[in-house]
Amino acid sequence: MNKMVNLKINGIPVTVPEGTTILQAARQAHIEIPTLCFLKDVSRVGSCRMCVVEATGARGLVAACVYPVAEGMEVRTNTDKCRQSRKMTLELILSKHKKKCLSCERNRSCELQRLSLGYDVDEDRFKGEDFNLPPDESTPYIIRDNDKCINCMRCVAACKKQHVNAIGPIGRGFNVHIGSAFDRPLSESPCVGCGQCIVDCPVGALSEKSNIDEVWEALSDSTKKVIFFTAPSVRATLGEAFRMPVGTNVEGKMVAAIRRLNPHAVFNMDVTADLTIMEEASELINRIKTNKPMPMFTSCCPAWVKFVEQTYPEMIPNLSTCKSPQQMFGALLKTYWCEKNGVDPKNLYVVSVIPCTAKKYECGREEMKGDVDAAITTRELARMIKTAGIKFAELEDEEFDNPFAIATGAGAIFGATGGVMEAALRTAAHMMDGSFEVLDFFAVRGSNPIKEATYLVAGHTIRVAVASGLDNARKIVESIKSGEKKYDFVEIMSCPGGCVNGGGQPTRSDAVRNSVELKEARAKALYTADCGNEIRRSADSPAMDLLYNDYLGFPNSHKAHEILHTTYKPNKII
Amino acid sequence: MKECKAFCGTAEQEQKLKAVIEESRSTPGCLMHILQEAQGIYGFLPIEVQKIIAEGLGISLSEVYGVVTFYSQFSLNPKGKHRISVCLGTACYVKGSDKLLEELEKQLNIKCGECTPDGLFSIDSCRCVGACGLAPVVMIDEDVYGKLTPEMVKGILDKYREEQA
Repeated sequence: MNKMVNLKINGIPVTVPEGTTILQAARQAHIEIPTLCFLKDVSRVGSCRMCVVEATGARGLVAACVYPVAEGMEVRTNTDKCRQSRKMTLELILSKHKKKCLSCERNRSCELQRLSLGYDVDEDRFKGEDFNLPPDESTPYIIRDNDKCINCMRCVAACKKQHVNAIGPIGRGFNVHIGSAFDRPLSESPCVGCGQCIVDCPVGALSEKSNIDEVWEALSDSTKKVIFFTAPSVRATLGEAFRMPVGTNVEGKMVAAIRRLNPHAVFNMDVTADLTIMEEASELINRIKTNKPMPMFTSCCPAWVKFVEQTYPEMIPNLSTCKSPQQMFGALLKTYWCEKNGVDPKNLYVVSVIPCTAKKYECGREEMKGDVDAAITTRELARMIKTAGIKFAELEDEEFDNPFAIATGAGAIFGATGGVMEAALRTAAHMMDGSFEVLDFFAVRGSNPIKEATYLVAGHTIRVAVASGLDNARKIVESIKSGEKKYDFVEIMSCPGGCVNGGGQPTRSDAVRNSVELKEARAKALYTADCGNEIRRSADSPAMDLLYNDYLGFPNSHKAHEILHTTYKPNKII
Repeated sequence: MKECKAFCGTAEQEQKLKAVIEESRSTPGCLMHILQEAQGIYGFLPIEVQKIIAEGLGISLSEVYGVVTFYSQFSLNPKGKHRISVCLGTACYVKGSDKLLEELEKQLNIKCGECTPDGLFSIDSCRCVGACGLAPVVMIDEDVYGKLTPEMVKGILDKYREEQA
């Protein structure tokens, strides 16, 4: 048990464990201290000086995010001195910030903007020199505009937390800027496109490379049939962009809203999540029976696939050959759906709505180019809905279009860490032993970074592991390589918590993140949807019956391989 | 002198650097020391050298590069046979050493911090060499040239060029 410390914050007595920071203690006293560089679970460097407070026993103002409490300490968070200091800090930051707020993607969700308003700053008090650097648009997924960057280092911390370390601070003094080694474009760095830097950026320095314009263009082209499909986790997060509580499932409104953009159809990507499971479970059983390289790694996360190709090319044979649900869907639409509906694939424009920035890279990969024409993030969809003047919150629920409407609960949980594993286990175990009826695999649920479990099915022991966050992925791969651990099936999601916390999800400020566990609240919406679904095993889905009977034959058939599987190749980066 | 735009480190240099890394890798904060040693071995810190260090320490290239660009003592460019150092300290600066630097950059057609393609000269700036009485001062290798004017620059450079020829 930790020693407890008594202190007063703005006169309010607080008792907290020793080692607690003033910032944490203040939250217990329901006092908000403004922060910029601090971000819970990600960054704690005490460099921006926004959170300065007066504390007895300290010389001058101290940074509350890193300063530990002491017995008898009296803290003042709202004195003239604190406010003046914060105001000055903001004015200095603004002196070299490109203030293109009107057209900035983060307008009204910008933390710098919110603080500037609160502290009544004069944004032109210091006429500083400008950087005028061209934005880095070298990758298909992220744009970095360093003229808007405030050097808070949150993106660097996010990248470091992922153990990717593609970016860092470069130079010194006024010239400090964030970039890749040797100031090379991001596309030549180890970046895998997870986009965690974007959701952790307090301002508009980082954003996804938008594909909205192309989608509008396709929608207004009368020769094109535009089809949208939405990834499992988007239903659990899109509402946040319309001021709904975190964890609200807005599937019905989402479908209704997209339909009002006038596409030809709105489909449910959970269907190809189910299809992925059919293919992946069959592949797993086949690997177990034929002594192929084990463990098998999931391949639905494109950032993880890129990470393996770059960092662990020797593990490529362990990656499932299944395309991700996004790519399976695109491929099916351009083959099966076009054949059935007599549409020339050239005239079909496929838009996926995904929680992810790496998916933008994935749909441009050589092996699968053309399956999906544009991948837009949850944020981009929200912007399109707003631009179209659709009153999202007031919409009546609507349902996805057939034949890709009905999916199982297994498909829905793809969006949370452990979801793909659980979905695969439900079907794989049943394929191996028809009497195996367990549907809940609790050990692989939850937002723990690494989860392990062992199951006995039809005389086979199946050892599984689930990791989210590339730092944990690295730990798992290293333990497999060293022989310390032996697994049969491993699920990896690059973003901590899985797709619900993806790099394309609505950005939330530190203030929100401190009151709500985003990952858990969003994941809960998906597990609730799973529980409420009558069909919870992919193999039992009527859509699977249709696809296999009508077109694909059986899982891992020659045709399925042609359309639904892919290859990987080593990719050496600098 | 042969043109050396591409990195041309020797196996011997690499061996030396790897020995330094091996020796100090367990010491916390060893990166600075290794970078200093590496610059001693190669004369500068190109990407190839920084890669060896990053791999040797199991850290990212962006972290190494961040440290290299933070400290002005580290150079990303090779140094010339003759190293020109222009004092931009207070005394020299008020006496117009910035004009000397401009003239040198013009004469040699390189920027401060760079090296001429023939490898003969490199220009750097420094802060006070302790000869303020002679301001403005330029050092070439170990020689100090004081009370200079931009017009005198060409003659001094020619002296070194003639030596070479």
